[in-house]
Amino acid sequence: MSTNGNHNKPKFAMYWAASCGGCEIAVLNIHEKILDMDANFDVVFWPVAMDAKYKDVEAMPDESILLTLFNGSIRNDENEHIAKLLRRKSKILVAFGSCACEGCVPALANLSSTREIFDAAYESVSTDNPEHLRPIPAYAMPEGEIRIPEFYPTIRTLDQVVQVDYYMPGCPPESHQIAAVIDLVVQVLQGKAELPPAGSVIGAFGSTVCDECKRTRDVKKIKSFARIQDFRPDPALCLLEQGILCSGPATRSGCGALCPLAGAPCVGCYGPANGALDYGARLLSAIASVIDSNDPEEIDTILDGIPDPAGSFYRFNLAGSVLHANRKAWN
Amino acid sequence: MSGNGAFQERVGRADKPLDRIGVYVCHCGSNIAGTVDVEAVAKWAAEKLGRRGVIIARDYKFMCSSLGQELIEKDIKELGLTRVVVAACSPHLHERTFRKAAQRAGLNPYLCELVSIREQDSWVHSDKHAATEKAKAIVSGGVERIIHHVPLEPLRVPINPATLIVGGGIAGIQSALEIADSGFPVYLVEREPSIGGHMAQFDKTFPTLDCAACILTPKMVDVGAHPNITMLTYSEVERVDGYVGNFTVTIRKKARSIKTELCTGCGVCQEKCPKKVLDEVFEAGLGYRKAVYTPFAQAVPKYPVIDRVNCTYYQKGTCKACEKFCPTGAIDFKQADEIIQVQVGNIILATGYDLFDPRQIAQLGYGRLANVFTSLEFERLTNAAGPTNGKVVLRDGVTTPQSVGIVHCVGSRDRNYNNYCSVICCMQSLKFAHLVMERTGATVHNFYMDMRTAFKDYDEFYQRVLSEGALFVRGRVAEVTDAARLPGEEGKLIIQVEDTLLGKQRRIPVDMVILSAGLQPRHDAQETAKKFGISCSMNGWFIEKHPKLDPVATMTEGIYIAGCAQGPKDIPSSVSQGAAAAARVVSKIQQHEMALEPIRASINQDQCSGCRICNNLCPFNAIAFHADRVVSEINPALCQGCGTCIAACPAGAITGTGFSNEQILAQLEGLLMLNIDVDGGRAKPREEGVRA
Amino acid sequence: MIEQFEPTIIGFTCNWCSYRAADLAGTARLKYPPNIRLIRLMCSGRLDPTFVLQAFALGADGVMLTGCHPGECHYIEQNYKALRRYMLLQRLLAQMGIEPERLKLVWASAAEGAKFAEEVTRFVEQIRALGPLNWGDKVQVSSGKSQVTNDNEMQAPSPVTRPLPRRCPHEYQRQS
Repeated sequence: MSTNGNHNKPKFAMYWAASCGGCEIAVLNIHEKILDMDANFDVVFWPVAMDAKYKDVEAMPDESILLTLFNGSIRNDENEHIAKLLRRKSKILVAFGSCACEGCVPALANLSSTREIFDAAYESVSTDNPEHLRPIPAYAMPEGEIRIPEFYPTIRTLDQVVQVDYYMPGCPPESHQIAAVIDLVVQVLQGKAELPPAGSVIGAFGSTVCDECKRTRDVKKIKSFARIQDFRPDPALCLLEQGILCSGPATRSGCGALCPLAGAPCVGCYGPANGALDYGARLLSAIASVIDSNDPEEIDTILDGIPDPAGSFYRFNLAGSVLHANRKAWN
Repeated sequence: MSGNGAFQERVGRADKPLDRIGVYVCHCGSNIAGTVDVEAVAKWAAEKLGRRGVIIARDYKFMCSSLGQELIEKDIKELGLTRVVVAACSPHLHERTFRKAAQRAGLNPYLCELVSIREQDSWVHSDKHAATEKAKAIVSGGVERIIHHVPLEPLRVPINPATLIVGGGIAGIQSALEIADSGFPVYLVEREPSIGGHMAQFDKTFPTLDCAACILTPKMVDVGAHPNITMLTYSEVERVDGYVGNFTVTIRKKARSIKTELCTGCGVCQEKCPKKVLDEVFEAGLGYRKAVYTPFAQAVPKYPVIDRVNCTYYQKGTCKACEKFCPTGAIDFKQADEIIQVQVGNIILATGYDLFDPRQIAQLGYGRLANVFTSLEFERLTNAAGPTNGKVVLRDGVTTPQSVGIVHCVGSRDRNYNNYCSVICCMQSLKFAHLVMERTGATVHNFYMDMRTAFKDYDEFYQRVLSEGALFVRGRVAEVTDAARLPGEEGKLIIQVEDTLLGKQRRIPVDMVILSAGLQPRHDAQETAKKFGISCSMNGWFIEKHPKLDPVATMTEGIYIAGCAQGPKDIPSSVSQGAAAAARVVSKIQQHEMALEPIRASINQDQCSGCRICNNLCPFNAIAFHADRVVSEINPALCQGCGTCIAACPAGAITGTGFSNEQILAQLEGLLMLNIDVDGGRAKPREEGVRA
Repeated sequence: MIEQFEPTIIGFTCNWCSYRAADLAGTARLKYPPNIRLIRLMCSGRLDPTFVLQAFALGADGVMLTGCHPGECHYIEQNYKALRRYMLLQRLLAQMGIEPERLKLVWASAAEGAKFAEEVTRFVEQIRALGPLNWGDKVQVSSGKSQVTNDNEMQAPSPVTRPLPRRCPHEYQRQS
């Protein structure tokens, strides 16, 4: 991987906005396929892997990068600046991973106001901040004004900022799916395959996680909700039928149902299935529908088993959801 | 306006050519135009929704008139409209009218949408400006919605020629005979051991005073003998599955303890049975029957039943007198309830009424004062076949009353009990007055609120009873008491009443009081309604499809109602309804198949993950799970189109015709006016992310 | 005089009971405020929580869900499913900063025109007292005006927009 490589090779970039870095690891986790990448691409910008300056990217001609994998959501003006920059410089921009696609766990911050977020970060019991310092976006120094990225009130998905060509879901995307997508791109470069229609979801399938889950399923009637630490779930039976809030029914397939098959409920990182406008509403509606009671009081008691509906139904999808954020995030 | 961005996103991707939409705004005379500026609405639609595909918008006096319909048809043909939105009355009234008009002009009827600006706008609002603005929003919603309509074809299902009739009173009997005479099979289910219903208990019928038995029993015999009628008496419907044309009805035939194939109806068992039981049902508690009995002499069928609660054998294990004397060995003590299933195409519910229980109005003394009678008790007293052989006597069974008070509206037109008028009580009371005078020569006082003697020959009967000397006191009875205060009241029942015509309180001593009790829905009407998938009104009567234009159909296809189950009515009206329901059913049967609304859900098999969330949600069992392919599938004939599974499917794999997500979300955007001056139909690049 | 806030309310009705109640209110010429705009569904069970969220997000100040009375559903028991979703949705809305009072569930039979009119009147007053929700505006304001930057290309950061639901291309579906 070198910027001095063959300049005739198509250019590749990867960027890390508001995210944890897991996506980068997942890309590196494709093992020897990474050599295919190096053989076929000229990596021009990948801050986590190599040194690069924003001004180098700014200097590139527009649309000179063939493929950019953009992971992370848009939390601050730096994220937005690079998103727009890479959009301009790239032919194909892929929202890579759950953060870029739909906000992911960082977007749960959209449930809180900026003030609450800063209080948690700078004033909580685990923070040593005797002077009560808070970030100041612009600060005048004798040497001149210095700036740090401005924190936006809400986290946005990549496609809420720039147009996105493809979406690759997952937290992170599974390595075998990444390898498959790289294979595809290489084949396209060699003229052996065609790109899917713009706006498509790639590296995933068209059904939901249950499609790949091997647990046996019956009709669903939920009398109470529980968590896996509360009892010893039947290893062969559908988790949801055992009262465990599993997001599998609403979550796009493609991961191989890893979590439910390992005994943990699906948390929904592959995002909504085809055509779903709001992931959380789909899951909420399905779960509520199979609650086994017609008595409002009993339903209320059963619902107490879901102490955090927003966190449970929008764990990965809040920024991409219809409501996007708690009202106070904007006040 | 806020949210326009999101809206453009959504419509921007629709890569289809712009539709050619016509908008038609109805004045409905002044019904709509009096409140809504219909011309302004039409003009606005043409201007502001032009970029959504509206190419013509018109207003017209009466859109539903043939001229109005022709206007639409002409536009479809000449302007090449691909969608039509009519803004007029409720779709429940004229949706079909306009869809048919569209169809005549060659457009798929489901590409025509009727939105209501009358019931939900002009009639409920008085602020003209606000009502006009709301009409615009409603039209806008309709236009957005229709863009997402797709042509649909009705689902055709065969009609089973058999009919189930529930209730063997006069309405049910009439229906059964009409249908059977047309050559189609009928199953007539009756809860009691015999058909006949309330009418069989009466002696005379108003206003002609013909004998109820004389006109009813021949019909009952016809039912019993009709080759096309299967009578299922002493039976009740347990459950109903399926849909119009193809109902499967599960019926419980309660154990009669009689082998009907052996019984000749000779009556020896009843004669020999040693156990006398107070007959609370047919004799209204005035007479006795045996533990093995037929309710009355002319019962159809003729077979008795053994009342196991009162039969000595069932209670003590000995007796068997009936078995000993039965010449054909028809008694079967071990008989069990039998569950049978029948297949029918249509169902008529003629389940009748319950009598209001006057015990609820304690001050009228019924149940406390011996000589206070209910109307039904009095019917039995006057009946020649009744416990007194038709003699009008006091509760002691011998004394003939010298004076009788008849109290009208007991439990009717009374906000404490039933708000409605029971319809029959005025005429019934007049009949009683006549019979009392004729048979005893007693003085009769009627206590009434208003005399309601509408319909043919009814008022003439009122005049006749007046001329016969019956007395009428206008006012509500405050109390019936035996506490004498004034001379002449000793040993009498005193009726305390305000005579509103005289404007003073009166105390009228009488020997006998008849309470003209109102009619109530059957105590289990709600349960029955639920079983058959229909609904009850606030008062508990079954709701008809339209109170004026479709009085015997219900909102559920294939279920009809007749007689008092639909609301209080007299015998002629019950018979008319029974016949009307039969005519409706026969016309359906003769069409051999019928078209069902194609509003149905279906599952995209590729997208379905077989999670089985939906499997338990369908009350019609329309969703089947294929374990081999691990997907669920909907049977379109069983699907009723409620859409619950669509809303519940977490994978978004279930879609529904007529009420798709796209249609509903688009209507929402239209109602919120997010579509104004937004280009639709072709891709519009987003403001953001446009590459330089 | 201060102009009165006129809320926009979306009402979802079922075809068999509550839409008929609305019809009956009309036939009986009962008056209620013009703030409500109705969407007819076949059954309250058709009510997808997405519709409610979308209504709020696109500018409705209140949403009224209506259906047949419990036990009287035209489709036997589907209104109970609406009830369960409504109860869970209420909990979610509270977490999203939307007052639960902005979402109301009303059972109205086909005979209850008067009740329908009364409930609408009461609900409009209730929403009027709560004030505007302005969800869509907030999304735009939040990511717009408050942010200042020197970067030439982004004077006004884009408003939050929600692209189309995304689809997987056909060849990716059901790979075995």
